Amino acid sequence: MQLTQRLITCAAVLAACLVPACATAQQQDTTRGVRIGLTYQPGTKPGVVVFPVSGPGGDSIQAIVARDFDYGDRIEVIGGDAVAQTARTQASKNAIDFTIWKSLSAAAVVQISVMGSTAHVNVYDVAAKKLGASHDITVSGAPNTEDWRMSVHAMSDQIEQWITGVHGIAATRILYVRGNRIYVIDSDGFGEHAVSEAGTVLAPAWAPDGHTIAFSELARTGWNIVIRDIATGRQHTVTSTPGGLNITPAFSPDGQWLCYAHGAENGTDLYMVSASGSGEARRVTVGRGSDNVSPTFSPDGARLAFTSGRAGHPEVYTSDADGSNVDLLTAFNFGDQNYRSNPDWSPDGRLIAFQSQLDGRFQITTITLRDRTVKQLTSEGINEDPTWAPDGRHLAFTSSRTGVKEIFVLDAESGRARQLTHDAGARLAAWSRGTGAP
Amino acid sequence: MTGKTRLVSVLVVAAAAAVACSHPAPKTAPAPAQGPNQDSINAENARRDSIARADAARRDSIAKAQADADRLRNGRDAATKALTQVIYFDFDSDALKDDARSSLDSKITILNASPDVKIRVGGNTDERGSDEYNLALGQRRAASAKRYLTDHGISADRIDIISYGEEHPVATGHDESSWSQNRRDEFEITAGADQIKGAP
Repeated sequence: MQLTQRLITCAAVLAACLVPACATAQQQDTTRGVRIGLTYQPGTKPGVVVFPVSGPGGDSIQAIVARDFDYGDRIEVIGGDAVAQTARTQASKNAIDFTIWKSLSAAAVVQISVMGSTAHVNVYDVAAKKLGASHDITVSGAPNTEDWRMSVHAMSDQIEQWITGVHGIAATRILYVRGNRIYVIDSDGFGEHAVSEAGTVLAPAWAPDGHTIAFSELARTGWNIVIRDIATGRQHTVTSTPGGLNITPAFSPDGQWLCYAHGAENGTDLYMVSASGSGEARRVTVGRGSDNVSPTFSPDGARLAFTSGRAGHPEVYTSDADGSNVDLLTAFNFGDQNYRSNPDWSPDGRLIAFQSQLDGRFQITTITLRDRTVKQLTSEGINEDPTWAPDGRHLAFTSSRTGVKEIFVLDAESGRARQLTHDAGARLAAWSRGTGAP
Repeated sequence: MTGKTRLVSVLVVAAAAAVACSHPAPKTAPAPAQGPNQDSINAENARRDSIARADAARRDSIAKAQADADRLRNGRDAATKALTQVIYFDFDSDALKDDARSSLDSKITILNASPDVKIRVGGNTDERGSDEYNLALGQRRAASAKRYLTDHGISADRIDIISYGEEHPVATGHDESSWSQNRRDEFEITAGADQIKGAP
């Protein structure tokens, strides 16, 4: 009783606060980042109903937005036939009856109507029985084209920010290797297509601009780093260190630098070159004959994590971006086999994900930088090559749990995993930056 | 001796002398031309003889060349086989085992006997371990073989190295029998393949 009274009081207060904010929002069509401040049980996900969407591509938009919310693992999408029927009726009458939604534990109702290239989005606060936020968002291109899908995903991400305070990751893409090409796929598994010529290619990486990638390619005399604009198809080879082994490229977060591993006849070391690949490469690690590969930058670009065999077996090390202050990160006894590799630094800088050999199989593992707490995230099959989503909560990785290598997506918080690719042999994923992240 | 016996002896001696005298003398030179027919017959015989001798000589020469070539090719095949023989490694290691060393020793002999020959060493790993780290391990395995050869006097510019990591397996099973076949250096002849010789 007391709790309900408190909730109602909260809701009333919020509603009172929100009304003037609402009026302002309606006047400013392009206001961004307004959080509704819904009330819902702490530790649970807010329940959200997505109304049928009117306008061109409306059915697709409703399906995409509902799926984006579900895949984000921060919202409980309230669905089912009865819900759909009720929603359709209310939408057609343009009259929202909040009592029903409250009884279904919904915290918000999302109502989208599209006219031309503008999507008008109303988000209703169910507890407050009021409109919580109202904004116009541009949806570009013809329905169901790649650009259109991405702009609908951007709309989902924005709405998720209003409801949960966290910007969604729907408007992102994942690179990976399958067979003899690099592929890209939208975060929801749609739009998969090749973005490289045929060849023996590995280790794709995104530049922060979202359309430039780097990868390594086998040539007659060794491995080359290739930088390619996947929007135009134009590419060039990084020639700063010709010949030999040139692999595992990574762009710095500011897009200025490219770090990669170069090996000739005495071990493999990390090198740094300008992001265009021109100019002299500067050596970063002094491996003294050991192998140092797979660099990942900290989000502020000041540090690197990488795999090194300098201890006699692969471990994850960190260092400053110029190679000084090398530190063994994975200095723990976790499993009987010492093989830790393929680090990826989380976007918030707190964690490094990597693969660790446990009972003869690799598993995705995280370690916090502050206190070196280790957490094992997977246990089924062989799981490798983790890459963080921009929300620092989801990871894509290679898994053999279905019997063949496929890319899976994992929510590190809830442990929920979903299969992203469905053609055997996908591996070495790289998750793009968010678009329009705050 | 009686008169009759003496007569018989004389007659026998005379007969023997007659027989001896009637043996023709050995022929030392063709008889002087006795006319056009005999001349051309003799010339034709001579021509045929010399053709027959030339044919025989040519057949002998061809047979000898064939035998030489066979010997050479068998030697070259054997040398090629030894030069391109694969060497194997233990898990996560680039150390050369004893049989790898003896295979490399054979390669040194052949490379010394065949100064025009150049090779490329390709390093490979099994599928376990990180795809990316395995590229570096494959490079190390190729470098390890190259270093052994150059330490024993082979010029470094005759040997290229490349890594295939786990990308070029020869066996695709997920067990040690496949893995052990994949942990290897392969040797490819990149120049002078037709000049290759065995022992000097």
